[in-house]
Amino acid sequence: MRRTITLWIVIGLVGFCLLPWYMVDSGFWTFTWIFHFAAQENSSGLLQVFLHGRFWLAGPLIALLACAAVLGLVNRPVRAARMIAAISALGLLYTFVQGLIIVRGGPRLFESLLAGTAADAGQLGFGAGAMITLLGLLFVLTTAISAMGKGRGDAFVTGLIGLIISLVGIFVFYPVAHILISAFQSNDGTFSPGLFFPRFFNSDIWGLGCLDLKGSCGPAINSVVLAILTGAGSTLMGLAFALIFTRTDFKAKPLLRVLTIIPIITPPFVIGLALILLFGRTGAATALFADVFGIEKTRWLYGFKGVYLAQLLSFTPIAFLVLIGVVEGVSPSMEEASQTLDANRWQTFRYVSLPLMRPGLANAFLLGFIESLADFGNPLVLGGNFNVLSTEIYFSIVGAVANPARAATLAIVLLTLTLGAFLLQRRWVGSKSYATVTGKADSGRHAALSSGVKAACYMTALPWAAFTAIVYSMIIFGSFVKLWGYNNSFTLDHYIRAFGVKFKNGIHLTGVAWDSYFTTLEIASIAAPLTAFVGLSTAYLLVRQNFRGKNVFEFSTMLSFAIPGTVIGVSYILAFNFPPIELTGTGIILIIVFVFRNMPVGVRGGIAAMSQLDKSLDEASITLGANSFTTARRVIAPLLGPAMMAALTYSFVRAITSVSAVIFLVSAKYNMATAFIVGRVENGDFGLAIAYSAVLIVTMLTVIILLQLIIGKRRLRRSDRVETVVVKT
Amino acid sequence: MTKRYVIGAAVFAAVFAVQQAAAEELSMVCSNEQDWCDLMVGAFSDKTGIDVSMVRKSTGETLAQVRAEAGNPKIDVWWGGTGDPHLIAASEGLTQPIGVDTSELLGWAQKMADISGGRTIGIHLGVLGIAYNDDVLKEKGITPPSCWRDLADPMYKGEIQVANPNSSGTAYTELATLVQVFGEDEAFKLLTEIGKNVNQYTKSGSAPSKAAARGETGISIGFEHDMVKLAKAGFPLKIVSPCEGTGYEVGGLSIITGAKNFDAAKKFAEFALSAEAQSLGPQVGVYNVPSNKNATLPPEAPDPSTIKLIDYDFATYGSTETRERLLKRWDEEVKGSGN
Repeated sequence: MRRTITLWIVIGLVGFCLLPWYMVDSGFWTFTWIFHFAAQENSSGLLQVFLHGRFWLAGPLIALLACAAVLGLVNRPVRAARMIAAISALGLLYTFVQGLIIVRGGPRLFESLLAGTAADAGQLGFGAGAMITLLGLLFVLTTAISAMGKGRGDAFVTGLIGLIISLVGIFVFYPVAHILISAFQSNDGTFSPGLFFPRFFNSDIWGLGCLDLKGSCGPAINSVVLAILTGAGSTLMGLAFALIFTRTDFKAKPLLRVLTIIPIITPPFVIGLALILLFGRTGAATALFADVFGIEKTRWLYGFKGVYLAQLLSFTPIAFLVLIGVVEGVSPSMEEASQTLDANRWQTFRYVSLPLMRPGLANAFLLGFIESLADFGNPLVLGGNFNVLSTEIYFSIVGAVANPARAATLAIVLLTLTLGAFLLQRRWVGSKSYATVTGKADSGRHAALSSGVKAACYMTALPWAAFTAIVYSMIIFGSFVKLWGYNNSFTLDHYIRAFGVKFKNGIHLTGVAWDSYFTTLEIASIAAPLTAFVGLSTAYLLVRQNFRGKNVFEFSTMLSFAIPGTVIGVSYILAFNFPPIELTGTGIILIIVFVFRNMPVGVRGGIAAMSQLDKSLDEASITLGANSFTTARRVIAPLLGPAMMAALTYSFVRAITSVSAVIFLVSAKYNMATAFIVGRVENGDFGLAIAYSAVLIVTMLTVIILLQLIIGKRRLRRSDRVETVVVKT
Repeated sequence: MTKRYVIGAAVFAAVFAVQQAAAEELSMVCSNEQDWCDLMVGAFSDKTGIDVSMVRKSTGETLAQVRAEAGNPKIDVWWGGTGDPHLIAASEGLTQPIGVDTSELLGWAQKMADISGGRTIGIHLGVLGIAYNDDVLKEKGITPPSCWRDLADPMYKGEIQVANPNSSGTAYTELATLVQVFGEDEAFKLLTEIGKNVNQYTKSGSAPSKAAARGETGISIGFEHDMVKLAKAGFPLKIVSPCEGTGYEVGGLSIITGAKNFDAAKKFAEFALSAEAQSLGPQVGVYNVPSNKNATLPPEAPDPSTIKLIDYDFATYGSTETRERLLKRWDEEVKGSGN
């Protein structure tokens, strides 16, 4: 413990003494600050205190030095740990508080106390030095806590918990609080909590007018019904696909795999547009049905049905990604045991395999439910007069009449619904053990499906796959024709405009899309591994470690996912446009928003996969002398291949396809592909938008295939095969 | 060796410092069409050497961002998009007086500057109109409308699409126009009747015309320059300027309060209002009416002299009280009248 604490104190001091404390205007990585290190805006915390009279920044230095002193002087380890924990916690708190008090324009509180000092000039946002110093203090704190005997005395575990709590606190709670507070404010900004309940229980939100089949329901009711059906539908569909993959000898599995992935790598309104062109009043399929069967051309697509269809298309792959790992992980020995005990294949499936998949099913449902609640693109394009919470929130913020109070109230409704779903899911999964990967050898022969289940799987999954294939071939087709739906003559125009290249004195990228394309790829590839890391680490803590407040911790990691992107986008501007953390207009804010928005998928997938890994594996590793870091790295991580794959894929893809949060955060220097595409769609420039989407789809597909090759398949047993069914004659 | 390194570093630093000083910067949000944004930024940079970073966002999103960033704005200038959000920003003090010469501009553009205390200046005019899909109407055998009042005819049942004025500035312009043409009570009566024919109140103002272009609806209400663009793209869309007279929007240009590059922003404002810059529009399919008297009018643009334009009262109908009152009444009387 001494060595670890010393190490972190040293790191903290290095950050305080050698790196610029504030954010550097020209960017940290240009390193131009080195040449003007003595200048006020570039100097480290140490110089700020002694050269520029910013005495209030001495706080973290004092804390670090005090920790070092305690370490050297106090001999009783537990007492030393307590003192260090207290000092470093104070240091952390102080550093944040000073940042919040003294802002750009000078001090906000204690003006008289600070008057006449350097504080009048105000201060900029935290920079690299502040970040490293704070990180040092944080890990000194967590290590000290572990030395007090918490977290089974494991510095790695407490460090990880501390890190994730701080990150979620800063990048989820802090910004979201900024916007939710307006639900408790009256229109002129005064705090009046009494207004909240009438707003919350307004019949505008919860109206049940649709029960008599004439009126329309409130957006909350619409959202809940839609979300339950989408969650259930996508889980069922995902399960069918997962079963076909693992339990049948279906021939075209690779093709199916591609089809199940494609929908998540598509900007959502593209699916909506394709559906309109197929099933809209003048759509291809509608025209066909009208000609062949004389069915009247109607606008049935606009409303609940259309949104539901689009959401199923979009979210089935997510359920599949969660379920495939789980279905694969169900141990054949259990199934063998069941069959040995004379159960037939249906009974085995129903009473053994299916219950063991429960955590997977529950997580897939929860994801589908939440995704549906927060989905914005599909209801916008296909919603018709069917109002849901996410679009209502968007237009409460950006509509002709901005109403932040209503937006915040609706966001709270949405959060309440998510919390409800989360709690229900917990109850259903219960506290049973689902561990089936135990390290014990098994034959690796999965029980085949009974013919009924198999037929059901084929009947649901295959038409769906065909449908997906049709929708996507239409999209590709649309990018090569002059005016999709009207002038179907072949053209490469859209691609040339977007991705044109000129070869004249070298290569010139003349296409209009290149800029945002490269920015998008860069930001997505930085965000994806970070997301996977944060997500899976959180899952590891939740499944493998016990600590107080674990439930709250778990829910808080789900929070950012449940809040609609628009709310996140605006709250990020409100929170991070000003010191102490000033990030707007940078690429970092985009990376952060992706990491914390997509982390829950990593968490869910990780939990589902990890609850299957028997604890005896960890125990064996620990018994053999490994610490928990080594165990996590050498035993757990390799067994999490599919979960890691899912988290990486998903976060990469979401960073490229998400729209609503990004729209507020893109800046002139960092524009993202989706914001660019939305602008084109808004202007009716569909050809270019679709061509760009097609290029993005191909890019993502390539990346996913590469990822799959690199991460490889997890080997749970010597061979994975399906029991061959002997046909009795 | 050491000496050489130090000299090298010093030269490097000096070069860098010079570069930084030389390049004047401008951060812009553009709410016009992307091609138009790109073209103008290119032309402005070429002319002045100012380094512009530009991003395109819709007016609603921009206003939300400007509000959230108040006090430490990352945007200098906001160019384009319908005038209402610009006027709201002006009335909330989010934008500052620009101080450019408006004598070359047409009356409606100067009026915009007067209302906002010089904070927002009109850059183009977009006329409100009706569009119909020729194919759809022919197939259904219904005659195209030519006046606002025609839209109440039961033969258009389920064929009209228009945006919801609560979320769309376009639809609010329509509401305010009808109120100014017919008087408030009569306008709401008409809107309720039209409401029986409306198949959907969309969220976005440009969505109805896109739907009409594809035949998803027969008739749409929106801005004519959007419709012209769709018709030029090849959709069977025909445009009607209502016989009773119609309203319009004035696209705005504002400089954000506390802009870090005010001088560059002002230079851009001067450029964007010049006849030279405003004549570039048709190159990229921009068909609205430019605000500079001397700019060449694109032949496809709706010609204001052939359209009966009302004297749109931006001061009254842009004010928050009128807006809230009209929208409340719309919610109560019109919203539920459809199907």
